[in-house]
Amino acid sequence: MALAETTTVLAEVSGNIATIGYGLAVLGPGIGLGILIGKTVEGIARQPEVAGQLRTTMFIGIGFVEVLGLLGLITGFLFK
Amino acid sequence: MSAVTRSCGTADDSENALSSLAMIVSRATGDGGGFHAPTIGDIFPGPILFDGTVFEINRLQIVRFVAAAALIVVFVIAARRATLVPGRFQNVVEMILDFVRVNVAEEILGKEKASKFVALLTTMFCAILMFNLMGIVPGLNVAATALIGLPLMLAAWTYVSYLSAGVRELGVGGFLKNSLFPPGVPPFLYVLLTPVEFLQVFIIRPATLALRLMANMVSGHLMLALCFSATQYFLFEAAPAMKGFGALTVVGALIFTLFEVFVATLQAYIFVILTAVYINLSIEKEH
Repeated sequence: MALAETTTVLAEVSGNIATIGYGLAVLGPGIGLGILIGKTVEGIARQPEVAGQLRTTMFIGIGFVEVLGLLGLITGFLFK
Repeated sequence: MSAVTRSCGTADDSENALSSLAMIVSRATGDGGGFHAPTIGDIFPGPILFDGTVFEINRLQIVRFVAAAALIVVFVIAARRATLVPGRFQNVVEMILDFVRVNVAEEILGKEKASKFVALLTTMFCAILMFNLMGIVPGLNVAATALIGLPLMLAAWTYVSYLSAGVRELGVGGFLKNSLFPPGVPPFLYVLLTPVEFLQVFIIRPATLALRLMANMVSGHLMLALCFSATQYFLFEAAPAMKGFGALTVVGALIFTLFEVFVATLQAYIFVILTAVYINLSIEKEH
């Protein structure tokens, strides 16, 4: 009982808890971008002469990965 | 639904700190406080002119007109004053044109195929760049591409151009065979592969192009608006002890403004480079 008296409410979440899920949706693309860009840097370090080609391919890949994270943003607004 | 976090800490100072934190949070989300967080409603402003007709003009459309006018003025001036030895202004414009021609069109499509599509890609890049940059112009403050209509139209342009390029190059049957039945795959896999490829070519490509551009601009606008409105709140309405946060948010706003310039350019680049890739995929004969 003594424990119950000292408890305080720190934060109350109102609204849809699903919004947390939309935030979590950013994790995957974040990891993906990290791997994608890191590997490109690795490739450029090994073979600087193909840097331009690697960079272009990287940006194409970034385009595909990034849209996944942005879907999280869009769904957050669509399904409140 | 509500989640409640409980703690057993009773120390006075920590409780004070927590309650002031809770106040910030409730101020940021509630209606009672002076702070108004930006909402998605910013992107859908009320009509200004011709209310109720199909030619209804709202703030976002005016931003689009301004962007289009600015784009025309820049290129008219650059073309009028074109000299053999470029000045500083002409140099910048030529750099942009050269960038699209060499780093996008020729690198993706190859030198001989590129010339047909350079005009398309250049127009797209310059238009998207200018529309995106409106997001950081003081007074306009919202990218013209932040509402789905314009990105959708640009994506439809890409869609039509890569489909028509493919059909012109390979014929209807050849194009469908090329894009729906990729060679070098065991025949029974086509049951799985062809529907996926169909979705990819006809729905996912244009949809993601439009969504990516719009979502980037919306999130950029929300971030900037959050920083600016938080600055206003901290400086003019918050308790004196919290005014320091204002400095933090104004610096954040400046950094995010620079970040937005980067994002605007990057999105224009990604849009045209994906357009070039899609065109290349549909005109390239696979062996």
